[in-house]
Amino acid sequence: MKTKITVALTGLNNVDNPGPGVPVIRGIRESDLFEPRIIGLAYENLEPGIYMDGVVDKTYQVPYPSEGSDVLVNRILEIHRKDPIDVLIPNFDAELYAFMRSESILEKAGIKTFLPTLEQFEERHKTNLPDFGEKYGLEVPFSKAITRIDEIEKLKDEFEYPLMVKGKFYDAYLAYNEEQVRMNYNKISAKWGLPVIIQEFIKGTEVNVVALGDGKGNIIGAVPMRKQYITDKGKAWSGITLDDEKMLELTRRIIKAMKWRGGMELELVKSQKNEYYIIEINPRIPAWVYLAIGAGQNMPEALVKLALGMEVKPFEKYEVGKMFIRYSYDLITDLKEFEKLSTLGEI
Amino acid sequence: MRIKKNIAISDTGFIFNPTTGDSYSINQVGQEILAYLGEDKSKDEIVSLMTSEYDIDAPSFEKYFFDFLSMLRQFELLDEINEN
Repeated sequence: MKTKITVALTGLNNVDNPGPGVPVIRGIRESDLFEPRIIGLAYENLEPGIYMDGVVDKTYQVPYPSEGSDVLVNRILEIHRKDPIDVLIPNFDAELYAFMRSESILEKAGIKTFLPTLEQFEERHKTNLPDFGEKYGLEVPFSKAITRIDEIEKLKDEFEYPLMVKGKFYDAYLAYNEEQVRMNYNKISAKWGLPVIIQEFIKGTEVNVVALGDGKGNIIGAVPMRKQYITDKGKAWSGITLDDEKMLELTRRIIKAMKWRGGMELELVKSQKNEYYIIEINPRIPAWVYLAIGAGQNMPEALVKLALGMEVKPFEKYEVGKMFIRYSYDLITDLKEFEKLSTLGEI
Repeated sequence: MRIKKNIAISDTGFIFNPTTGDSYSINQVGQEILAYLGEDKSKDEIVSLMTSEYDIDAPSFEKYFFDFLSMLRQFELLDEINEN
């Protein structure tokens, strides 16, 4: 008999730059262990996951983390009082800080999470990547965080063009000259705030790993993937699982050294000399996680088990050569649904 | 010189490299050459087998054959083993 649980999660924005919510839900729904009730937590009224069939059972609107960590956490606790949550899975980098800081408050209220520690979160941050690489002996591109537009002119002393201009949470643009850096600096800082990260551009193939750590240095699962089709936002629209021991070994090293707790996405560039550079470590499950599920590692289910304190055996294998191809689909819904969420904050 | 062990080649001539995720399609002649490489035949043996099977002289075949081998090498599909 399956165990009934209620899982609340964010990331229902299944758009061209998708959040991981919908694939995480699909994984949990495919579990042989759980009979889940899914509560969607939506920041915007038009997040597609709210309206898709068979995805969420209930959706509540929540305030952006930028309105204050306490405001967001209090809203979660308010939802929990009327619709009890067993497990909470935050799926955005930008909200993680609020939930990590409030982990004990949530736990006390009966909401389980399985998140990285604040120290782990900070250590792998884009702004700290060079120190991270040095500490663990890993290849990382040279990068620098800037907070003033007049710093752009001096970048030519330390970087060669082209270079990458990145937001502290999201967005990355390749810039070939100072003017393009300025343009992207303004665009990114307006959206994500400061600092803006300037990173050495490494030419090569983009490869990624989705992984899950148990917080004690053990790896529960890891699946490497190569992006086969990349959108203009740099997101994978199609990908394929790889048989690459070097990528797996690198993942094991990082998870062991950091004692990583929770989901993780390693973004790597494989250079033409077959060297791997870590360009980002995302502290959560990525939007392409359904590929890992399809290849035999249901990491969202394993994450729920870890959050519930259940014993989780590491995945031993995955299918190589499994592909995912994302698609867009026009969903028809009624204004009444939209109205309910807009006026009542729930649907 | 032989095709790397983990490279998957289907009967239809579809090649998949599981380390890089790249895939390629080759024609019937390419498949035959890959099959000979899989049997550890030397370059000279392959030239001899192909020129006796097809209406082509050795120098012409070698030109295409070496091009094909360098392409396989560039795509990281070959394990290099010294031939004596």
